[in-house]
Amino acid sequence: MTQSRAGVMPSYNEQIVRMFTIASMFWGVVGFLVGVVIAFQLAFPALNLGLEWTSFGRLRPLHTSAVIFAFGGNVLLGTSLFVVQRTCRTALFGGPLMAEFLFWGYQLFIVLAASGYVLGITGGTEYSEPEWYTDLWLTLVWVVYLLIFLGTLMKRKEPHIYVANWFYLAFIVTVAMLHIGRNLSMPVSFLGTKSYSLFAGVQDAMLQWWYGHNAVGFFLTAGFLGIMYYFVPKQANRPVYSYRLSIVHFWSLIFLYIWAGPHHLHYTSLPDWTQSLGMVFSIMLWMPSWGGMINGLMTLSGAWDKLRTDPVLRFLVTSIGFYGMSTFEGPVMSIKAVNSLSHYTDWTIGHVHSGALGWVAFVSFGAMYYMVPVLWKRERLYSSRLVEWHFWIATFGIVLYIVSMWISGIMQGLMWRAYDSLGFLQYSFVETVAAMHPYYVVRGFGGVLFLIGALIMTYNLIRTMRGDVRQERSIGSTVAVAQA
Amino acid sequence: MIKHERFETNSIVLLVGILLTVAIGGLVEIVPLFTIGETIEKVEGVRPLSPLELAGRNIYIAEGCYNCHSQQVRPFRDEVERYGHYNLAAESIYDHPFQWGSKRTGPDLARVGGKYSNDWQAAHLIDPRSVVPESIMPTYPHLARQDVEPAEIGADLHALSIVGVPYSEEMIAEAAADMVAQATPDADTEALLRRYPKAAIGDLDGDPTRVTKMDALVAYLQSLGRMVDFTTYRPELAGEATTEGSQP
Repeated sequence: MTQSRAGVMPSYNEQIVRMFTIASMFWGVVGFLVGVVIAFQLAFPALNLGLEWTSFGRLRPLHTSAVIFAFGGNVLLGTSLFVVQRTCRTALFGGPLMAEFLFWGYQLFIVLAASGYVLGITGGTEYSEPEWYTDLWLTLVWVVYLLIFLGTLMKRKEPHIYVANWFYLAFIVTVAMLHIGRNLSMPVSFLGTKSYSLFAGVQDAMLQWWYGHNAVGFFLTAGFLGIMYYFVPKQANRPVYSYRLSIVHFWSLIFLYIWAGPHHLHYTSLPDWTQSLGMVFSIMLWMPSWGGMINGLMTLSGAWDKLRTDPVLRFLVTSIGFYGMSTFEGPVMSIKAVNSLSHYTDWTIGHVHSGALGWVAFVSFGAMYYMVPVLWKRERLYSSRLVEWHFWIATFGIVLYIVSMWISGIMQGLMWRAYDSLGFLQYSFVETVAAMHPYYVVRGFGGVLFLIGALIMTYNLIRTMRGDVRQERSIGSTVAVAQA
Repeated sequence: MIKHERFETNSIVLLVGILLTVAIGGLVEIVPLFTIGETIEKVEGVRPLSPLELAGRNIYIAEGCYNCHSQQVRPFRDEVERYGHYNLAAESIYDHPFQWGSKRTGPDLARVGGKYSNDWQAAHLIDPRSVVPESIMPTYPHLARQDVEPAEIGADLHALSIVGVPYSEEMIAEAAADMVAQATPDADTEALLRRYPKAAIGDLDGDPTRVTKMDALVAYLQSLGRMVDFTTYRPELAGEATTEGSQP
């Protein structure tokens, strides 16, 4: 059986995955760079340059869209097409032309969205900022993506659909639902860029965080769990820890996540019942999140020693650790009493980045380090030592980032509610702004380290693509010698 | 009992299963907000934005002000003392989209209207550090240089009327004239103020000869949080009125 399968080895579409991988590298560096710029704008406002196109308000959506949709999106599209072909043992449905349309269509979406922000064209709701014409274009591209992915699943040569593909499919389908629901709007004219949301006020707010929180839940979590379920077992060369746990945590995760949105609207004019539902489901969400973490980490059972010698596996395992940490922090912050302090502060920003840098970016780096030698048919990466450097520099950057935001966030929350002995508010608002300065500087420096790490990776991957191999002492070799 | 194998071996079954699973939460949390009458209190005074204020709101969105400023005061002692009465759902019924925000890098703006003079607002937008030395806000000098386009604002009012904002045909027809009148000193603003009570009128940006984006943004900021008269607002009555209204 194995022999005959190997005999009819299908010709996978590797070219499209190579293109998505290069796009991921490119947009990753762009997104991190814009992040560093806007981080320092908050510490040194002169960096806004006094130009309308470079102010924080216009660049911040550029940063969030570049890292989530451009970097994260290209990683998800690339890895999903890599994984679905291999786990279904068949080439992509729709052939190379449809795949090329998906690639260039998605890049065009990114350029349309990004150019709009800089020029002041935005829908004005976080993470769904692209205007109506860009939304329509993305809808078309996304339908093509669904057709390619689902079509490939349908013509698979394997009896079962592999776990990673359940997560990818949930990501594709739910993002489609969210994207269409959130962006229902009325264009002012067919030649203009402006549109008005179909909904207003409290309903629009609920719809926004139904969308916004599940952009986290399905774009940044379900999709990247798909990456975890393929690349961690591959890199560790071990089977997934528990198939039953995969099933339980998959269905409970996607069912519970969608309810969690209202925790972004605690103590607002959203009705109390909706806020309470959001809080309760957010806390319940802790369980399936940790189910996924346990399944990922325990896949290392019997292979933990590889962490000492394999820095790529270290990226993947650390990402699962950060996933566990931020999916614990999230439910804590969704408790109304905690949220009354944390909401509107930098604590939220720190929380998002422990997930985005520690989980999403690290698991992406791990997957890219795995894929590039396979896709370019190289025996190994150009340098494992450089992967090690990337790992430690980026990890240190994340620690600086999160810790500075914890301090500044909690401090600002406490300063806002502080009273003096006479019963007056102790601090004016701008005093709390001034107190943030040192933490904003530290955060910016953390971002610089993360960016340096990504540049090291880009260099390493480009050398790998060119077929270069660095002469270097292998990692853990001293230990091996000692044991021998 | 459905065997999980059905989902693992049939991609369409898996697809439908996923869709049903992820649809439930949203339906339960979103749909009742449109049907339960108590969701939005009955209050007096909330009106659609004037054409100039609307243009200002669009500038607020385009510049990404919502990235750093919330418009949602929570019912806590410190927030009410710092900003004013906590927000009601009724205050944003005409906000397409809502601008409650999620971060206070700068202060909440839900009740900023009338707190500062027009001159202060314009000076602060051109160079925030000229009036608040510790501020980290970007500068917006271009707003004072760029004119708004009164001829185009009618189309915006029309689009908003389609999605439910009660702009009358008269308001849409007079939109361009109202826009200019609001920012022109000594203009006849009687009709404007009848259509849009409490609108800030006069030379808002320090340049009486033009209607600039600065005029529009200042008009919008001055409108924020001033429509409901909280000296007479009684929350318990607002709730009752709505309950009765929703159960005929």
